[in-house]
Amino acid sequence: MLANFFQYEFLQNTLYTGLLIGLIAPLLGSFIVVRRLSLIADALSHVTLAGIAFGLLIEKKFAAGIITPFYSGMGFSVIASIFIEQLRSVYKAYQELAIPIILSGGVGLSVVFISLADGFNTDLFNYLFGSVSAVSRSDLWTIIVISVIVLAVLFLFFKELFMLSFDEEHAVVSGIHAKRIHFLFILLTALVIAASIRIVGVLLVSALMTLPVAASIRLAKGFKQSIILSVIFGEISVVAGLVSGYYFEIPPGGTIVMTSIIILLAALAVKRLRINFFTRRTQQ
Amino acid sequence: MKNTVISMRNVDFDYDQKPALQQINFEIPQGAFMGLVGPNGGGKTTLIKLILGLLKPQRGSIELLGTPINKFKNWNKIGFVSQKANTFNRGFPATVEEVVSMGLTAKVGYLRFFSRNHREKIKEAVDQVGMAAYLHENIGDLSGGQQQRVFIARALVSDPELLILDEPTVGVDTEHVQKFYELLHKLNHDKNITLLLVTHDIGTMTRHATNIVCLNKTMHFHGNPDQFSSLSDAELSNYYGHALNLVSHEH
Repeated sequence: MLANFFQYEFLQNTLYTGLLIGLIAPLLGSFIVVRRLSLIADALSHVTLAGIAFGLLIEKKFAAGIITPFYSGMGFSVIASIFIEQLRSVYKAYQELAIPIILSGGVGLSVVFISLADGFNTDLFNYLFGSVSAVSRSDLWTIIVISVIVLAVLFLFFKELFMLSFDEEHAVVSGIHAKRIHFLFILLTALVIAASIRIVGVLLVSALMTLPVAASIRLAKGFKQSIILSVIFGEISVVAGLVSGYYFEIPPGGTIVMTSIIILLAALAVKRLRINFFTRRTQQ
Repeated sequence: MKNTVISMRNVDFDYDQKPALQQINFEIPQGAFMGLVGPNGGGKTTLIKLILGLLKPQRGSIELLGTPINKFKNWNKIGFVSQKANTFNRGFPATVEEVVSMGLTAKVGYLRFFSRNHREKIKEAVDQVGMAAYLHENIGDLSGGQQQRVFIARALVSDPELLILDEPTVGVDTEHVQKFYELLHKLNHDKNITLLLVTHDIGTMTRHATNIVCLNKTMHFHGNPDQFSSLSDAELSNYYGHALNLVSHEH
């Protein structure tokens, strides 16, 4: 079953992309979750859908690849990330308001573009729920570039991002440029979402950024350990999800997320067993 | 003559044109332990924010370690333990070591990484506050008093000359409050760290501080603990804007 993934080029593209997003999505997701920004990933993914619909519309109307849905999705996502930051500074007391504004704006725009194109066929379905056969070699190269950028920025600014995530006020007092670092972070989120969409799909991309982290923070001691665990969970989810999705002919978005949910439930059970074990030992 | 760590001259600060602080004048010499007291809404946290450069005064001047605050760059010489340290996200998966390492982030600088020396400094700071046994524990699993010590270690790790603590004993049990003051005493005497402590716990603070400022929009009192203790109830009530019973007690 797994052998096919090494045999055919389109499956190779999918597998390599999957392994890359299994690494970068939970890695960035670790910061997103502890900063309580999980819903921002959702908002950005819906704007990415609008960008994809725009790209599909251009493809359909002009029958030419002036701009591919992948790039237009990424462009929309990056622009939306800038808007979110603007909105968060306008509504300082209601920063979460930026999320429904951007999310509904994204869905609204998607509906407009989809209607203008008189609907799409399977292409849109693939973008919504992911596909094992949708990644081209050029998509893979773009995703490799995105992954290298994300890994480099996270590596270079790890300590500043960690400090901002834990205690923003302390970071600002210490002289960290909170606004600039935060902006860089949101930009990375937009890029990771765009990179993940081919495999997981718009509707489930935020799950790959949050579910492995939700499982890891129940078990880990410390932030670095939590990141390592979340990446392991992310990779297991992607590989198991891709292979089972391919085998059962189900969009991989669904199988990846279901694998993540199983891992999360297992993590919760392990944590409960650990607590019971230690309580019993201390009682004895 | 001792160096001046903080100097405020004729400082006024308004929030949306409503005066929050007026005519603030004081100096904290090196090695002092200054207690800052006053009623809620009297401007204590605003004063701290001015000292930390988070707010800019409309009038007057502030100097830190002899440098005007707008030119001050040595922020790692100022340690700060915020009121909010008590309300951090307890589910955050960070070990004591990771939390204390944040105190060095700005000192190490962008695009640089922690060295072995830095890790030694982190261990020293954790040891200094008596938390060495918890270095690899998640901070959320510790008690309120222990967490407070970790935040002090985070402030200490960059070798500050001044340590500012904004109501650090809120939510900490009485046994730990006693230990907390012992720790402050040690830092002040043995390490010669200048302390600025904002607190409501006037009784305990007067036994440890060398200077006291009472703030309610403006400075009502600036003197030593003996002078503060000799204030009449009527004078204190006048400063606080309401009746006040001062209780001095041993924890």
